[in-house]
Amino acid sequence: MGLQGWRNVLALKTSKNNNRAAWQRAFPVPLSHSQITRLYSRFHSLDKGENGALSREDFQRIPELAINPLGDRIINAFFPEGEDQANFRGFMRTLAHFRPVEDNEKNKDLTSGEPLNSRTNKLLFAFRLYDLDRDDKISRDELLQVLRMMVGVNISDEQLGSIADRTIQEADTNGDMCISFSEFIKVLEKVDVEQKMSIRFLH
Amino acid sequence: MGPFMSPFNNLLCMLLGISFTVWFTLLLVFIIVPAIFGLSFGIRGLYMKTLLKVFKWATVRMERGAKEKNHLLYKPYSLNGIIAKEPTSLEEELKEIRRNGSSRDLDGSASSTTTGPSPSTSEFEMSDTFYFCRRGIESIVDDEVTKRFTAEELESWNLLTRSNYNFQHISTRLTVLWGLGVVIRYGFLLPLRLTLAITGVSLLVVFTTMIGFLPNGRVKHFLSEKVHLMCYRICVRALTAIITYHHSENKPKNGGICVANHTSPIDVIILASDGCYAMVGQIHGGLMGLIQKSMVKACPHIWFERSEVKDRHLVAKRLSDHVKDKSKLPILIFPEGTCINNTSVMMFKKGSFEIASTVYPVAIKYDPRFGDAFWNSSKFGMVNYLLRMMSSWAIVCSVWYLPPMSRQEGEDAVQFANRVKAAIARQGGLVDLLWDGGLKRGKVKDTFKEEQQKLYSKILVGTQENRSRS
Repeated sequence: MGLQGWRNVLALKTSKNNNRAAWQRAFPVPLSHSQITRLYSRFHSLDKGENGALSREDFQRIPELAINPLGDRIINAFFPEGEDQANFRGFMRTLAHFRPVEDNEKNKDLTSGEPLNSRTNKLLFAFRLYDLDRDDKISRDELLQVLRMMVGVNISDEQLGSIADRTIQEADTNGDMCISFSEFIKVLEKVDVEQKMSIRFLH
Repeated sequence: MGPFMSPFNNLLCMLLGISFTVWFTLLLVFIIVPAIFGLSFGIRGLYMKTLLKVFKWATVRMERGAKEKNHLLYKPYSLNGIIAKEPTSLEEELKEIRRNGSSRDLDGSASSTTTGPSPSTSEFEMSDTFYFCRRGIESIVDDEVTKRFTAEELESWNLLTRSNYNFQHISTRLTVLWGLGVVIRYGFLLPLRLTLAITGVSLLVVFTTMIGFLPNGRVKHFLSEKVHLMCYRICVRALTAIITYHHSENKPKNGGICVANHTSPIDVIILASDGCYAMVGQIHGGLMGLIQKSMVKACPHIWFERSEVKDRHLVAKRLSDHVKDKSKLPILIFPEGTCINNTSVMMFKKGSFEIASTVYPVAIKYDPRFGDAFWNSSKFGMVNYLLRMMSSWAIVCSVWYLPPMSRQEGEDAVQFANRVKAAIARQGGLVDLLWDGGLKRGKVKDTFKEEQQKLYSKILVGTQENRSRS
């Protein structure tokens, strides 16, 4: 959706009765008009190739993301199932996981099924940062990989290995030496996920 | 055919002759003569006020029209940020998460539900990724760096289609006004400005070459100063630049280095029309090269060959030699090394701060309502950029001369550079960033990522030491 597409969106004539319905059809998440327009202008500014979709290089051009130890895994979340272009819809879907939970109160009548920013879905997002092969289990190797990304060269393999072993030991309840999603949820039940995995939009 | 055409021909020639004469007389009287003497009729101030009133009307009209037709207006994202960012550090956040969510107890035994108040004895938690994850998503939605390399977006519309994504036919009056604006800008202002620019540049080249024949001495110095000022003032009028200088008592003196934030090549013209500087730069070919060679005949500027630019010692030596000679003009340097969009000041390269001399900081802030002065060199070439400049309404800016600073005891070049940068940012109302302007084209260095990894490792390893002690 290039600039022309955006002009079409701007010219979307919404009648008073089905304002909301029209927006729901256009976008998968209930954000306010000004929030969507600002996100679109951000998407457009990241899209250097101006082809209506973002590639991994477009994300890596953001310096603050490039120096984030988990930067690559976060970028991965925008490209599900091996695709390598993220369109605006997909961009919004991924960002929607980070909406604060209170917003759901206003939109109860419109949501069917669990909203993307529920506690469970936020935890699923975090789970998928570890679970690269999408087999719904975090194996020791996958845990080690993420640990290595976060500590760099500053901790030895043996120490890291023992940290990983200890973590799995404490979380694993069914003895398969992997952490499943339900075990993950159990370990983090006291953590304030709603606050830590949300970004607050202005207006 | 002959006798039939000739009265018309004569008439035509006469009309053309008269209009040219009138044109040039007006030009001379209202623009060139004041430029020579540094006076002003106040026309530009009046022009600016009228424009502001028109812009305000246009914006209100556009918003009203959009509301009537139930359209949506594109809102610029860079103003005020889209999200609220909490500036907590890695350590603070991890402490908070662990304090509330830890299911281990103090002495490390695998018990279940006590929440330990002392976070230093807990080790890796799976929720540690939350901090990095949220920071990453925040930077995707709004980061501090990438938006500095594109033109700043405006809330109000200044009747230039290039700065407006909302432009559709909203009202006839607005479109007519815009059309009128186009006619005025391209039909009247642009030719006028081009004429002035050509006059200014040719006068500069001719006069400086002539002065070059004089022997070195007071007369030459005096004349060269006058000629440079005159030609830069003509160029300032060629861009319709309306400049306000503040604190002129702090103007750079001989033997000093003047540093300023960089937004476009026009910065040079703006500063040099109020004082005389020695420029520093690489020798180009073509027209630029011609101008550079003739300028250096009249007074000593510092031009480097392309091969010499890489040699940092040579550059530093030439700069310090120049600075030691008190009869030479102050050097003008832009330590950012690249053009930034005038909303922030980025990292100053330490080279110019290693030379032992007084530094005179200058802050330049452009008013974006009249025309965007930022040169996005990846999007436009120099000629395209100058044409865009000359076909905007005006360039309005403020220049603040800050009090001189020198390196203090125990301060190294980088700290000194940051101190100067902070002063400039504070005065100009710009955001002070530590990021390198070179990120416009290059990738960020891995050392920053390594710093974060080291910090996180300390939090983990610190707890290991505690464990082994207990």
